[in-house]
Amino acid sequence: MDAVTLSRIQFAVSIGFHYIFPLLTIGLGVVLVWLEGWFLKTKDPIYETAARFWTKVFALNFAIGVATGIVMEFQFGTNWSTYSRFVGDVFGSALAAEGIFAFFLESGFLAILVFGWDRVGPKMHFFATLMVSLGSIFSSIWIVVANSWQQTPAGHHVVPVLRDGVPLLRDGQPVMRAEITDFWAMVFNPSTVHRLVHVWIGAFLVGAFFVMSIAAWYLLKGRHTEFARRSFDGALVLATVSALAMLVSGHGQAGMVYRHQPAKLAAFEGHYVTGPADLSLFGFPDDATQTVKLRVAVPGGLGLLLHGDPGRPVVGLDRFRPEDRPPVGLSFQSYHLMVALGMAFIGLTLLASFLRWRGTLYETRWLLWLFVPAVVLPIVANEVGWAAAEVGRQPWIVHPPVTWNADGTDVVVGPEGRVVYDERVGLRTLEAASPNVSAGQVLGSLVGFGFIYLALGAVWVFVLHRKIQHGPDEAPPGEGAADDGALAAAGLRAVHEGRLTGGEDRG
Amino acid sequence: MSFEALAITWFVLEGVLLCGYAILDGFDLGVGILHPFVPRTDLERRISMNSIGPLWDGNEVWLVTFGGALFAAFPEGYATVFSGFYTAFMLLLVALISRAVSMEFRSKMASPAWRRFWDWAFFGGSFTATLLFGVAVGNAMLGVPIDANGNVTGTVVDQLGPYPLLVGAMTVALFAMHGGLFLYLKTEGEFQQRLREWMWRSWGLFMVFFMLTTVATVAFIPRATENFRSFPWAIVVVVGTILAVANIPRCLYRDRPGLAFLSSAGVIAGLVALFGLALYPNLVTAAGDPSRSVTVFNAASSPKTLGIMLVIAAVGMPFVLTYSGVIYWTFRGKVKLSEHSY
Ligand code: HDD
Ligand code: HEM
Ligand code: HEM
Repeated sequence: MDAVTLSRIQFAVSIGFHYIFPLLTIGLGVVLVWLEGWFLKTKDPIYETAARFWTKVFALNFAIGVATGIVMEFQFGTNWSTYSRFVGDVFGSALAAEGIFAFFLESGFLAILVFGWDRVGPKMHFFATLMVSLGSIFSSIWIVVANSWQQTPAGHHVVPVLRDGVPLLRDGQPVMRAEITDFWAMVFNPSTVHRLVHVWIGAFLVGAFFVMSIAAWYLLKGRHTEFARRSFDGALVLATVSALAMLVSGHGQAGMVYRHQPAKLAAFEGHYVTGPADLSLFGFPDDATQTVKLRVAVPGGLGLLLHGDPGRPVVGLDRFRPEDRPPVGLSFQSYHLMVALGMAFIGLTLLASFLRWRGTLYETRWLLWLFVPAVVLPIVANEVGWAAAEVGRQPWIVHPPVTWNADGTDVVVGPEGRVVYDERVGLRTLEAASPNVSAGQVLGSLVGFGFIYLALGAVWVFVLHRKIQHGPDEAPPGEGAADDGALAAAGLRAVHEGRLTGGEDRG
Repeated sequence: MSFEALAITWFVLEGVLLCGYAILDGFDLGVGILHPFVPRTDLERRISMNSIGPLWDGNEVWLVTFGGALFAAFPEGYATVFSGFYTAFMLLLVALISRAVSMEFRSKMASPAWRRFWDWAFFGGSFTATLLFGVAVGNAMLGVPIDANGNVTGTVVDQLGPYPLLVGAMTVALFAMHGGLFLYLKTEGEFQQRLREWMWRSWGLFMVFFMLTTVATVAFIPRATENFRSFPWAIVVVVGTILAVANIPRCLYRDRPGLAFLSSAGVIAGLVALFGLALYPNLVTAAGDPSRSVTVFNAASSPKTLGIMLVIAAVGMPFVLTYSGVIYWTFRGKVKLSEHSY
């Protein structure tokens, strides 16, 4: 395999692994704020017990998120230097803003959140929790801005790089780069808001299912039942609202994708020929015959969702030259898996909410059993959602714009009847990698990361499992507030809590 | 501001970020380097890790921000350095990952084998990361081969020459000393006494490498010293750094460990400043053909972006400094463990 393919695999593996942890951080952060808020309001110690327990789990996830995040930050330069040169002027400021606004906030207050229970008063602790949660949301903002810009670039122009006033040539070609012309137009490019809302809801689903999974397990085992019920109740509300909101947000995403990356949407749906379009529920796209095998579809469904009219034509893959089309099979399957899971969440959470309202949820053991492993599903939905978004972006790493005709019914095409992209303002993935990094080097790092991530994943599951087995400390330790006299004891406490997550082994 | 002024401002700000990183993460890397040697019991190892527990992540963010700002302000520099030192960066990543997770995982099981494993991962990660930082500085001082398209050629083996390794060794000694001083402030009793001799040892070792590096730099890297002719005031930095180095044993004699720690922070700041002065105006010096060097001016982003970033920094940094202060204040004082801890 060549260096570009290997770099792509490495990027996919490392971001796929990293992304698990921000999801949990963002999702659990909301849960923590909610629990501590209730504790401040009601002074009911059960909320404090719960918050302390989830804090430890939170910190464990956070540490791995941090460790894997640095890999991401370096990777743009190490593996994608041509891309970095092209986008740095635009993309870099989002990344730098992430460091300054988000990571400092997050990592700083995390120290108080995890180690500070007895060093600061409950109000300050709540504030720290709020800041950590905000910080994690901020970091998702900036990185998603950067990603959205490469999907639907805006607020910039592409100009030749000058050296001492003359255009710089490489291999006889002028070297181009994107430069910001309008910062806010760059930040609020057409896909940012859609994507952010969608990503947040995805994270809330993960956080909520994570809490429900552990709580359901305690309920089934008859342990910590009061704690588990409170946790489950709150998480179920979050999950139900999120699952429903996801449908609305996803629908908006699809419309946005159609306007700016019609080839991607056509690939999502296996829509080969421009014309009235069905909504596939299932199938296997086949490029050779330009059809979807074993297809189950709602006739006219896609046209209905996009235009409110089942008969109106939808742009298909035939409007694009074969070398400008994304891989259809992978885009189609990952997109459909995400949507199917989204529907499943709606069904599952509505059923559970109904039973909760009837008051029989905690006796419905089979449903609780279902919730224990169900935490994996929203994580999978998020991962395949990104795979769809990123694979569907191919062959571009920075997607050039698509022009529509005046009444917005069809894309503007060239003489061959195919869209002619402006190559100068986009960048193809194949051309974006570091020219001086060899396939051997990337293979080495890929194998290295592969092993490390497997090991990390295994240790994480193992440690998490022990934490859950151990459960929350039933009797909430002393009063939270620290005055000077309590400082010595507080020092002790900080150590008891141990490392980031605390929780020295008792066994 | 003119383009030149903006570019120079960002060069200086990158230096400030690097300085912040080296001083702050410097002490927690140092604690990691001393980890197998100074603490003897499980209790002491936990004290050692707990001393930096709440702080290391925030410290590492200085590196993340340094990287992000380099990407934004000098994309050409970011791309050249990161792709050119591919293998070294991958090793650095492995080192940083193993450090981060070893602290997190170590205490989760009582088994001695488990703990020993993570102790060594903690040391290995800290040591390797520090060594690589030094090696990187050494290579930057020496210059690296760059082809006509602006890409670094050569492999990681070429990048591990004697001079870079010497700078690497100096950095390890420096951070060990810095971390030792920090740990001294955080500990008590017998453990603290044992640290004293390690502070002396690492100081001595640092002195040896520091002098060797200085001699080698003056002898083999003419462009490093040329710059001092254009910036006569740089002599103040040189003298200040040497005074700070000398102040450390003085403070140790007089039992003023706090001042000694500040002095070693001063040494680090001085060395980073000297490094920047020697490098300027280059970000990456091309060995052999100076016209291929990546400079502050030919690597910078557009004035518009540099200006936007300046606003981002001006808005963000006061917040960062405020809550960093709050957090260091909250976690001041000695780390305490008792027999009754878990
Ligand atoms: C729990 C996770 C989850 C769930 C249940 C859904 N999604 Fe999603 N989806 C994501 C998590 C996600 C994501 C990981 O957050 C993505 C990847 C990139 C992005 O913008 O969000 C995404 C991308 C994404 C895209 C592509 C955006 C692009 O390529 O720019 C579309 C069109 C949809 N989603 C539509 C839907 C629809 C119609 C759903 C039906 C309920 C749905 N999603 C459920
Ligand atoms: C390829 C792009 C990405 C890069 C370069 C990146 C970079 C980083 C870095 C450097 C850290 C560590 C910060 C620290 O030291 O405290 C981190 C953590 C984090 N990242 Fe990413 N990241 C990427 C993708 C994402 C995405 C897509 C999201 C969310 C939508 C995200 C959200 C977070 C969050 C919330 C954290 C905090 C730590 C945690 O939750 O585990 N990141 N990231
Ligand atoms: C967190 C969730 C994300 C996931 C799961 C994800 C997934 C992927 C996958 C599967 C690829 C390989 C696609 C292919 O080569 O066919 C890829 C490539 C890439 N993604 Fe993402 N991505 C995520 C977020 C981001 C973000 C936030 C950014 C930028 C800020 C980003 C930038 C890139 C780049 C630069 C590539 C490499 C070039 C390419 O193959 O297109 N990704 N990603």
